[in-house]
Amino acid sequence: MSNTDFVLAIEDLTVSFDGFKAVDALSMYIDKNELRVVIGPNGAGKTTVLDLICGKTKSTSGTIKFKNKELTKLPEHEIVRAGVGRKFQTPSIYENLTVYQNLEVSYPVGRSVWGSLTFKRTTALQKQVYKIAAEVLLTEHLQMEAALLSHGQKQWLEIGMLLMQDPELLMLDEPVAGMSAKERDQTAELLNRICKNRSVLVIEHDMEFVKKIAHKVTVLHQGKILAEGSMEKVQADEKVIEVYLGH
Amino acid sequence: MKSLSDKLLGGKQGAVGLAILALLLFVVFPLWLDLFRLGLLGKYVTYAFVAVSLVLLWGNGGILSLGQGMFFGLGGYCMAMFLKLEASDPVSTKIQTTPGIPDFMDWNQLTEIPWFWIPFKSLPLTLLLVLVVPTLLAFTIGYAMFKRRVGGVYFAIITQAIALILSILIVGQQGYTGGVNGITDLKTMMGWDIRTDSAKYILYFANAGLLIGCMLLSRYILTSKFGMLLLAMRDKEERVRFSGYDVSNFKIFIFCVAAMISAIGGAMFTLQIGFMSPSFVGIVPSIEMVIFAAVGGRMSLIGAVYGTLLVNFGKTVFSETFPELWLFLMGGLFIAVVMFFPDGLAGIYDKYAKKFDIAGVVSKYVSKVSKKASKMIGEII
Repeated sequence: MSNTDFVLAIEDLTVSFDGFKAVDALSMYIDKNELRVVIGPNGAGKTTVLDLICGKTKSTSGTIKFKNKELTKLPEHEIVRAGVGRKFQTPSIYENLTVYQNLEVSYPVGRSVWGSLTFKRTTALQKQVYKIAAEVLLTEHLQMEAALLSHGQKQWLEIGMLLMQDPELLMLDEPVAGMSAKERDQTAELLNRICKNRSVLVIEHDMEFVKKIAHKVTVLHQGKILAEGSMEKVQADEKVIEVYLGH
Repeated sequence: MKSLSDKLLGGKQGAVGLAILALLLFVVFPLWLDLFRLGLLGKYVTYAFVAVSLVLLWGNGGILSLGQGMFFGLGGYCMAMFLKLEASDPVSTKIQTTPGIPDFMDWNQLTEIPWFWIPFKSLPLTLLLVLVVPTLLAFTIGYAMFKRRVGGVYFAIITQAIALILSILIVGQQGYTGGVNGITDLKTMMGWDIRTDSAKYILYFANAGLLIGCMLLSRYILTSKFGMLLLAMRDKEERVRFSGYDVSNFKIFIFCVAAMISAIGGAMFTLQIGFMSPSFVGIVPSIEMVIFAAVGGRMSLIGAVYGTLLVNFGKTVFSETFPELWLFLMGGLFIAVVMFFPDGLAGIYDKYAKKFDIAGVVSKYVSKVSKKASKMIGEII
């Protein structure tokens, strides 16, 4: 595959679990500073696509190029270091650490064994923690144990932990699941703010929320792309209404 | 930002706790206990090395090793091999078929020292090997397991199996290892008789000093970013991995450090007790050491030391009066701690110390006493 200007170029990606193709010859391109939302019915392969990009699942065939760097053969931590951050579906934070420590652990300095032993808590780190904490509305809770946060705040904290790494591609798996209406609005604003200088790939079910954030929508169905384009275009698509939006 | 001394001591509370422990080990026990009891205590203190290593590995890292005994044993064997070679000089072994080799080799028809015994003729090399051999074994096991993402219960069972294999190997290779009796009749180190009373005192203090040193090293690791990552890995390993860390390297490293600390304890055991045997390598000692750490508090370096001392003290007292009941009691103790006090003695202390500010009171008292003591010492001198 030739090199492209896309931040992420997925071509012909297939993964098969004992013969079942969860993702089937998928091709998808994401632009710089684009916020893409992937929707689709349960079992469409949305989370699997994220797993493939971040290396949690190994592909059967096909290529994933991030800034023209092949990801499919890299170990997970190398993919992260290349600039891909991923938030899990259920909030995945360190419950026994404070909010501050959660953010500090995610700071991309001192990532080797030796580096972490000699790591110094600099003022640059401190500034970054405060900046990100303000971004994800957790400034007041910095010293709180993360286990005590509300469900929505835990989701924000995980987004904040990703922002600490300053990834060029941010992947979020259902970031507003379990959030109140107000929290959803705040999250939409947050996502619109943070996609200014990075690409964001979001999986989401909540159509109201998708409308607020999506630049472009990809509809997955049985591991294949059913439709792609603006929200209006996708919503008007006969096939999409039939398999997904109709019910 | 924390200074180096803060990192080593763990803040004011940690410093006070460590000072009290050092006071007990260096002043109170040597003055209070007779040499026999102090020797027993010295033995327990060597087990405390393993308990400290388990605080790093298990309490903070969430990696339960049921095979720490093998590192303790290997450290002890390395030291014993050196001492045995020194004790087997041609003059004192002249009644053997082949004088100048360890007695058990002679009994097993060996006529020369096996190749892997040769480095143990040199003390500096032996001291190096005490640290290197167990660490290399830990690295090999750690690399094979953690790179394949074997963890949790599977890791615990595999370490237990390896400990068993190692102890069977040592028992089986009698001509090379001394077999089930172990390596006994150790006398001198570079001509210095380790069986005299003064040597026993010196070794006791060296042992206690090394333990405090290992605790400072452990504290440094735990207060660094590495320590925070250990806690993070224990909680959500995936999240750490997807934050750009190679989780397996961190696990291998802490497993190696834990092995090295245990090995120092083993070497000091050999020096103080004067022998090493396979009964310190296998499953039973490995599990006992986990119990020491659990009773003392698997999150607390200082707690683990007290846990070791208390359980062993209990063992000595109870097994003298009710020898057959002790194992049941220990099993019951372990179950009780896990069920009711998951943080062990240290957890209980934390809960009540905060209420009454014990640390504050004690630190005042300690500073008073130490002032008095230094005054007294000044007068004596």
